[in-house]
Parts: sequence; C-alpha cells; structure tokens
Amino acid sequence: MAYPSVAIKKRPKHLELWKIRLPIPGVVSILHRITGFGMFLALIPILLVILDRSLASQESFEDLRFQLSGPLPKLIVLAFSWAFLHHFFAGIRYLLLDLHWGIDLPSTRFWSKAVLVAGAVSTLLVAVALW
Amino acid sequence: MVKRIVVGAHYGLRDWLMQRVTAVIMVLATLVFAAFFITHLSMEFEDWQGFLSFQAIRVLTLLFFLSLFLHAWVGIRDILMDYVQPVGIRLTLQIATIIALVSYALWTVSILWRV
Repeated sequence: MAYPSVAIKKRPKHLELWKIRLPIPGVVSILHRITGFGMFLALIPILLVILDRSLASQESFEDLRFQLSGPLPKLIVLAFSWAFLHHFFAGIRYLLLDLHWGIDLPSTRFWSKAVLVAGAVSTLLVAVALW
Repeated sequence: MVKRIVVGAHYGLRDWLMQRVTAVIMVLATLVFAAFFITHLSMEFEDWQGFLSFQAIRVLTLLFFLSLFLHAWVGIRDILMDYVQPVGIRLTLQIATIIALVSYALWTVSILWRV
C-alpha cells in the first residue's frame, strides 16, 4: 500500500542500547520487566520451598532459619526483596496511571523517581530487620 | 480512507484486566502478610503455623499464589512475544512456562493443606 503524502524521512535508528538514554519512567519500566522475569525464574520456586520448609515441622522451621541466617543467604533474600518491592511500587504506579492519575510529564517523572526511592528505602528497612 | 479488518484472538482486554485484578489481590495479601511480619519480627514456629492455620489466611495465601501464577503467565508471555521471534522456540518456552506454573499451583495447594 502506498502512502504518497508521507515523506520518507531518514530517521536515526538507535538500536545500540548504550546510545539510548532512557528517561526515568523508562528505567522504572524496564526494571519492572527485569524484576518480574527474575522473580518468575528464581523467586517463585525459592518462595515455595521456603513456605514448605517453614510449615512442615518445628525441625524444618529451625533448620530453614539456620540456613537463612548466613550473610550470603541474607544478601540473596535482600536482593529478592528489592526485586519484589520495586515491582510492587512500580505496579501500584501503573494501576494509578490506568486511573489517569499522575499522567502528565512532570508528575510522571516525579512519581517514577518516587517509585525508585520507595523501592530502595523499603529494601533498606528489610536490611535493618534482617541484620 | 484505509479499510482495515482487525483480526486477532481478542484476548488483549481480558489479559489486561487479569493483570490488574491479580495485581490488586496481591497488593492486599502483601499488606496482610507485611503487617504480620512487622508485628512478629522474631517469629517462632507456633506463631507462623498458628497464623496459617486460620482458614481465611490460608485461602488468602492461596489466592495470592494463584494470582501470582496468572500474573506471571501474562507477563512472561508478553516478554516471550517481545523477544523470542522464532515461533517454535517461543511456543516451546510458553508450554514450559504453563507446565511450570500449573505445577507450582498444585505444589502450593499441597503445601497449604498438606495433602
């Protein structure tokens, strides 16, 4: 099909990822996708194992608590906490955007920053509770 | 005037809605569990088992996980549609995702009700 009225412009194609400077809402968006994918791959099975061990018996509960008390397991728990919390806050922002809340450019930038900060601060609180 | 016939499986709106309904359910369940964890920072087995012995909490937990699995399906399918172009590989990965999520759902029920 021909579109005679549309002039063929030579548009820059920045498919080189390092040349794209992603705006903050874009950062929140790609992190939402990355954390979601990461949680699907790793967190869901880990969470189910933890749920299983924590409820099976008193012994398995204590055993789980002991295994999660090392610095490396705590770090892994913290990393997944951030993934969950970022996904959580970014998701709430998307629900609000569906309600046309915070949709103009200044508020979208502000609330994207707020989502990043909320994810970081709440992860910090998890860290305090863990250590 | 361009005449177009829009075709498709018409699952767009359903999936869009599913992603949001499951998200809201998970937010509510997360708040309930967060409240429990914050008030039980040094939790013992009896506290945890006692909490999950409430039928309402068990149902809420199951609801959370079922929402999670449906939510994960929509999200993973979107990711696969975006990045995996060869149909054969994409279909294989989608089937693997479905099998994983259905298995997780059965596993969750067996954990919560100790079948």
